[in-house]
Amino acid sequence: MSDAPVRRAPRIRTAHETQTIVAKSLRRRYWAERRFRFYGAAAVLLGVVFVVFLFVTVFSRGIGAFQQAQIKIDVFYDPAIIDPAGTRKAEDLALADYAAVLREALVRVFPDVKGRSARRALSRLLSSSAPFVLQRRVLANPDLIGTNDTLWVTASDAVDLLRKAKIDRRLPEALRPLSDQQLAWFDQLAERGALELKFNRTFLSTGDSRDPENAGVWGAVMGSLLMLSLTLLLSFPIGVATAIYLEEFAPQNRWTDLVEVNINNLAAVPSIVFGLLGLAVFINFFGLPRSAPLVGALVLTLLTLPTIIIASRAAIKAVPPSIREAALGMGASRIQTIAHHVLPLALPGMLTGTIIGMARALGETAPLLMIGMVAFIVDVPHSFTDPSTVLPVQIYLWSDSPERGFVEKTSGAIIVLLVFLVIMNAAAVFLRNKFEKRW
Amino acid sequence: MKPLALLVSLLGLSLVAFWIGKSRSLAAVGGKAGIRSLHSLPGHYGLLTAAWCALPALVVIGLWLAFQDNILVQLVTAHLPEPLRSLPPAEFSLVLNDVRNVVAGNVPASSVDQSSAAAAAEYVHLQSISRIALTALALAIGVLAIIFARRRIVPELRARNQVERVMLWLLFGCSTLAVFTTIGIVASVLFEALRFFSQVSPWEFLTGTIWSPQTAIRADQVGSSGTFGAVPLFAGTLLISAIAMVVAVPTGLFSAVYLAEYAHPKFRSWTKPLLEILAGVPTVVYGFFAAITVGPALRGWGESVGLTVASESALAAGLVMGIMIIPFVSSLADDMITAVPQSLRDGAYALGATKSETIRQVIFRAALPGIVGGVLLAVSRAIGETMIVVMAAGLAANLTANPLEAVTTVTVQIVTLLVGDQEFDSPKTLAAFALGLVLFVATLALNVLALHIVRKYREQYE
Repeated sequence: MSDAPVRRAPRIRTAHETQTIVAKSLRRRYWAERRFRFYGAAAVLLGVVFVVFLFVTVFSRGIGAFQQAQIKIDVFYDPAIIDPAGTRKAEDLALADYAAVLREALVRVFPDVKGRSARRALSRLLSSSAPFVLQRRVLANPDLIGTNDTLWVTASDAVDLLRKAKIDRRLPEALRPLSDQQLAWFDQLAERGALELKFNRTFLSTGDSRDPENAGVWGAVMGSLLMLSLTLLLSFPIGVATAIYLEEFAPQNRWTDLVEVNINNLAAVPSIVFGLLGLAVFINFFGLPRSAPLVGALVLTLLTLPTIIIASRAAIKAVPPSIREAALGMGASRIQTIAHHVLPLALPGMLTGTIIGMARALGETAPLLMIGMVAFIVDVPHSFTDPSTVLPVQIYLWSDSPERGFVEKTSGAIIVLLVFLVIMNAAAVFLRNKFEKRW
Repeated sequence: MKPLALLVSLLGLSLVAFWIGKSRSLAAVGGKAGIRSLHSLPGHYGLLTAAWCALPALVVIGLWLAFQDNILVQLVTAHLPEPLRSLPPAEFSLVLNDVRNVVAGNVPASSVDQSSAAAAAEYVHLQSISRIALTALALAIGVLAIIFARRRIVPELRARNQVERVMLWLLFGCSTLAVFTTIGIVASVLFEALRFFSQVSPWEFLTGTIWSPQTAIRADQVGSSGTFGAVPLFAGTLLISAIAMVVAVPTGLFSAVYLAEYAHPKFRSWTKPLLEILAGVPTVVYGFFAAITVGPALRGWGESVGLTVASESALAAGLVMGIMIIPFVSSLADDMITAVPQSLRDGAYALGATKSETIRQVIFRAALPGIVGGVLLAVSRAIGETMIVVMAAGLAANLTANPLEAVTTVTVQIVTLLVGDQEFDSPKTLAAFALGLVLFVATLALNVLALHIVRKYREQYE
């Protein structure tokens, strides 16, 4: 020992005394051990419970969006209403009053309904899109005029919610979207088997709408697909090229350090700041169109590049130097070594990182709000410059809607988004397990 | 041709160029038999020709498209009637908007006044001329470059070296994009923020306690002068982030410790990915969850014990944000804990410490700098998080420390100020960029600090 002052115990403890002290403290210490372990297990459990709770909430709320109440009616395509002049020209048929045809059909089901307001209340059981179904059928086949037809048409939002028991029918009439009279009709239809929940094809095949029963996610899915494919096309080559340069060619100098610091910092910049960049540079300076997948893709490219670069660098680093040395030894140039040997071996790792980056881009919302992707867009987009919306933004828009029917649609759209994410992540895991080599 | 079609045809032309270069190089040495007298592989000559064809044309197309819109607008403006041109900038931009809407086909030409419709027609006309000119120019450059490159091909041409030099420059060019992105962010945010600070003093912005960004549209309007004191926003952001940290840090740390030190490997291999799902769920889903499930539930509980909880309380947003950050904290803490050398653990066990004593008194202390760095990174994420607070926190700028009241945050205000159609010179929209600047600087500072701490710590054990 050194000559530093040593604190001396007044008396040296015997081994037996120490043992008793330790034995006395053991109980307390083991309790502390158990408590600590319990906290850890509780924290893990809490996390798992959150995951389960989140998914159960979303699924239990949203699964109903894939079903839609429909009403079976017997229509008579009355020539007197559809085509009084008898021209059978498409433009006349397109403008005909199909709502009246439906009204007649409903009145035939409930013959005791009299008066304009009662009849209007009756036809409000059907969706506002129902006349267009008839219009489409007649335009496709004008021979239907003058015949009878039995078809299922979409019920209105309120009927749909009532059928799914999401409206309390014991509420006073003024607080319900359906009147007492409409409830009675609803019950009669249900009794006759003319009102059923059917698979909601509208939800998966159309764009947005102001009416919950006519709103669909297809427009948003197409917007997301267009935007993501362009993002992938831009960010994958640029990201891989950057990673190759930094891993294989970059000299150790200030500039390289600057690039690396920048990449690491960009990975942690809040996504909304990228949105501000997109707004100021792409839209205000370069004059690109607002709400277009093109601008969204440019912003998301910048946003996902750091992720892809970091993953690709790790993949390149994992390729053992012996491979490079062997290729160089055979007389290959450095570019040939990389293109023929390093890249193919690093590709699974790069692709895994890219897919994970794309999955993040798919769920990204805030920067897209900045570049004006919040518009109400009904049409399904078909090109990179069409105004469009994307899945997460659609979710945001619907969650803001006052109509109650949209709560279910929002959860339904979340389910669609989660399904896409699960597919992408599963692909990443599959790639990693199938192709990853351990050297 | 539309830009996309032009790019596709340029690609096709490059393929032709590749084939021309390749066959020319073979022809130069008299077919496959003489291939040994070529300096490089025939494919390299092909690539060189293709690069000559594509790269100059691509540069021209890029520059052209970048400046086409500005130039066309200038030309169209020059032909507008004098009374329109002398309008104040704000109204003039409305006229331009009309023109743009007609051009984009959003509104029929009949719905705007005559001169705008004429301008739109002129724009469309000029645009079509510009497209034809660009197509002709780009393809001509491509073809000329092919001819030039083809004439250069002789057996001694060092095609491989040239191709590789081009590729190296391309790789280098891609790597500079990160720097340009940062410059772009700083420039765009700073530029607009400076315009804002020329109208509102920075001191007032950073220390004022009243935030009401509604500015008067007409001069005679009452009661909406616009006050830009951002302190309530900073306070709200910090309050929500603090709640999130209170949830995320203990949960994340304890679960990382449990999974790293106690859990059976099999249990760990199941639970870890399950927890990481939380990190992969899009934030808009958390926002919906907070707004529809957590907010009303908290309100209900509050009512049952006699507390008034705002339906958009800071607590709901903070709790859900905390859940989102749990996997972030736990995976960083996991890294740090596993980086502590086994010898430290063995030493503690040899002195008779229990497992929890080892963890608390040895591993935690050794890993502390790394954990602090990780928590700082988590804080910077919480500050920059947008969708959860946009959907679940309020819009009113209350200066309060009560988590049961509604507060607003920096990101919420950026979104509310910028979503929708606004002109770009009112302090109201510019304020969003000033807030963006604050956000960028704050998160950047936190990240730099955190990365510095983490790196320093890692070096300690390497």
